[in-house]
Amino acid sequence: MELIYTPWAWYVAGPIIAFVLFMMIKLGKSFGMSSNLNTICSMAGAGKISNAFKIDWKANLWSLTLIFGVFLGGIIAFYFLQVEAPQISSQSVEKLQTIGFESVNKSFLPEELFSTDALFSLKGFVIILLAGFLVGFGARYAGGCTSGHAISGLSNLQLPSLIAVIGFFIGGLIMVHIIMPLIF
Amino acid sequence: MKYYIAYLGLGILFGITLIKSEVASWFRIYEMFQFDSFHMYGVIGSAVVLGIIATFLLKKQKDVKGQSITIKNKPKGFKNYLIGGIIFGLGWALGGACPGPIYALLGSGLLSIVILFLGALLGAFTYGVIKNKLPH
Repeated sequence: MELIYTPWAWYVAGPIIAFVLFMMIKLGKSFGMSSNLNTICSMAGAGKISNAFKIDWKANLWSLTLIFGVFLGGIIAFYFLQVEAPQISSQSVEKLQTIGFESVNKSFLPEELFSTDALFSLKGFVIILLAGFLVGFGARYAGGCTSGHAISGLSNLQLPSLIAVIGFFIGGLIMVHIIMPLIF
Repeated sequence: MKYYIAYLGLGILFGITLIKSEVASWFRIYEMFQFDSFHMYGVIGSAVVLGIIATFLLKKQKDVKGQSITIKNKPKGFKNYLIGGIIFGLGWALGGACPGPIYALLGSGLLSIVILFLGALLGAFTYGVIKNKLPH
């Protein structure tokens, strides 16, 4: 049981994710998460505003079931499987403390960004909303996210997915090394 | 119906894995973009290596309904993948979550994750509205 309660190593998580990819292909479906954002927009009636959302969302019920499972998996992990604060590398701890992230190694997500107090400040709210916006906008623009491109696409040796993943890294490196030191 | 139980079960397994392996933690994403740890590269790298083998083997097989497995190639393009990718990367590093982990993190019950999710929906919606005006 201890194996379930302690943090899972990369060589446990990677093969499980590959297994999920394998099963989804075997089930005749694809493995991707971000297309659900479009489906949910369609369900909410976005088709009245833009033709891009005039799709039959019921055809994506299988994918909505998958993400509902991911949500349930999150609940199970957080409430029953003892989620602890990630213990990250000492170099990253130092860098984060320098820009004021004192909750590093003490919390699963940084309190400085995700606590209710942080959310109810103007800066905190804008950062969270903007981060979500960039993720949603960028994933749909690129036609996929970490699961659709980095896992499914690279596994199928797709050049577009490699270009997208290089883009993910350019964006991530700019954010962490240039923008974050300016805003925190 | 039995397939829906499979989708749900695979989702639950994926969700638990995202949280328990900490790839849904903002701190792990930060650490990855600082190149301070192998953890994220190990998770994604081993998933891709095994995924390449799995995809290669599956292409010669039939799916559960007896139909040949065909995996669609991604549409040709460059600008949309690079620009969209960069925008996604900026958000991934800032919010520490991509569209899979967001659903798992919603399970934490944190209000800020709900806002992050609404932001992602707003972003996907905005892209849908203006996509004809963007370079692809």
